[in-house]
Amino acid sequence: MIGSSSTRTFIAHAVLLLGILIVAFPIYYTFVASTHTLQTILRPPLPLLPGGEFWNNYSEALTGGVNRIGGVGVDVLLLNTTVMALGIAVGKICISILSAYAIVFFRFPLRMVFFWLIFITLMLPVEVRILPTYKVMVDLGLIDTYAGLIVPLIASATATLLFRQFFMTIPGELVEAARVDGAGPWRFFFDILLPLSRTNIAALFVILFIYGWTQYLWPLLVTNHNDMNTIVIALRKMVSFADADTQWHLVMVTAMLAIVPPILVVVAMQRWFVRGLVESEK
Amino acid sequence: MTPRVVFPNRVLPYLLVAPQLAITLVFFYWPAGQALYQSMLKEDPFGLRSKFVWFANFEKVLSDPAYMNSIKVTTVFSLATAIVAMSVALLLAVMADKVVRGKGIYRTLMIWPYAVAPAIAGMLFLFMFNPSIGTLAVLLRKAGFAWDPLLNGTDAMMLVVTAAAWKQISYNFLFFVAGLQAIPKTLIEAAAIDGAGETKRFWTIIFPLLAPTTFFLLVINTTYAFFDTFGIIHAVTGGGPGKSTETLVYKVYNDGFVNLILGDSAAQSVILMVIVIALTAVQFRYVEKKVHYG
Repeated sequence: MIGSSSTRTFIAHAVLLLGILIVAFPIYYTFVASTHTLQTILRPPLPLLPGGEFWNNYSEALTGGVNRIGGVGVDVLLLNTTVMALGIAVGKICISILSAYAIVFFRFPLRMVFFWLIFITLMLPVEVRILPTYKVMVDLGLIDTYAGLIVPLIASATATLLFRQFFMTIPGELVEAARVDGAGPWRFFFDILLPLSRTNIAALFVILFIYGWTQYLWPLLVTNHNDMNTIVIALRKMVSFADADTQWHLVMVTAMLAIVPPILVVVAMQRWFVRGLVESEK
Repeated sequence: MTPRVVFPNRVLPYLLVAPQLAITLVFFYWPAGQALYQSMLKEDPFGLRSKFVWFANFEKVLSDPAYMNSIKVTTVFSLATAIVAMSVALLLAVMADKVVRGKGIYRTLMIWPYAVAPAIAGMLFLFMFNPSIGTLAVLLRKAGFAWDPLLNGTDAMMLVVTAAAWKQISYNFLFFVAGLQAIPKTLIEAAAIDGAGETKRFWTIIFPLLAPTTFFLLVINTTYAFFDTFGIIHAVTGGGPGKSTETLVYKVYNDGFVNLILGDSAAQSVILMVIVIALTAVQFRYVEKKVHYG
């Protein structure tokens, strides 16, 4: 090991602290803004320390303040966003693990055709086929429904590819042993495969939860009614920089509520998340 | 490789792939096919009738100065975002690789932006930098910069690039840290014994060995800047001022949903598909083989 001088370590720490300052500042600044009065926010520069309006602003926002400026209560917004994020994460994991299971542990005609059909969807993100997909949603009557927010986003190749890759590392002896012991495919799936996939599932769950929570274009397209908005979309609708009437202190509270839940998920499940992210993409 | 041991069922595998396949067909292949078909149709101004025009829409789109502008904007935006996000992350990752104490805390604090929606990141930056109430904008003006992202195209571009890059730092940081950990310490020690200083060690050993990671991240960041930043553009600038931040994806949305020029929008979608296919192909061809030197 190369010994490093204390100056170098000091510089490293200094750079890292500066980096964290940059990375964390926008979020901290939002928090600070959410604890000041509207008048203070409208007269920049904003103080660097939180103000004394934390309770007032948050209780005002939670008890109807957001409803007044956004047309719908913050509880509905958080519920919609949570349903969407959980729906996407759980739905995608379920359908992907099943199709990967079929492709790796069974041999059937058209197997590779199916694999490629799924694989190619990697190249068709929703952004490149906005209008026709929207039309399908209208035809199926999925506008302003949870199904419309969730289902089209759960079919993508990444999760399937990840499970396939992992399943291929499972030794054939395990399947053989299971079969000798008389376990059918379902028994094998639930008693052996699922427990082995626990870490992969946890990692994917975090990544997909964040993916669902942060969606923008899709909810923008498939929701018209305010009460189906996700919190990100609602926030966008509240903000107007030209308009002097924007209730900034409440907007900032809403922003905090939109930012904090996914951050908590990432930080709490950091170990799986980091491993899953780095391994799944490589 | 020996043939895998498999289950002999005949019907079950079809049932297992059915859900994913059904969703894929309905929400991916059908609309993608529609986009292809629509891209060759021309509608009359009232949207009552349409006729088949082969590649006329593509010719129109590709000869449109606004589209060329959008290609230029997207290129500048993607390159700037990728370069800023990757260099900051690389610097931080190299530093994090050096320290022993506090590594975990640094990482925990560094991954926050990953969880922030791009659109929200955009709005936060606009809140900090908007000319009327943004604290940082006030400071910039006090320092003598005529900063106004709402009127000046270059300022607007800097603002969206900053927001987009900020959001992507965490992701790049995690990958660079993983990449750095994979470099054998013996190589670095050998170089140190041969008298190579820290800077030299970085450029002659660490940086070349990181090439696979860097290249992979370059593709990912470009794809991110192309497609995932729609929220930032939509929430912060709306493509403006003028058309100075109108990226390709934003233009597809704008022409299709706001201006309702369906044929053009579909043709643009098809062009985007070609770009994604190219990016994915590059990713698989080169990243799978790994760019490396020894």
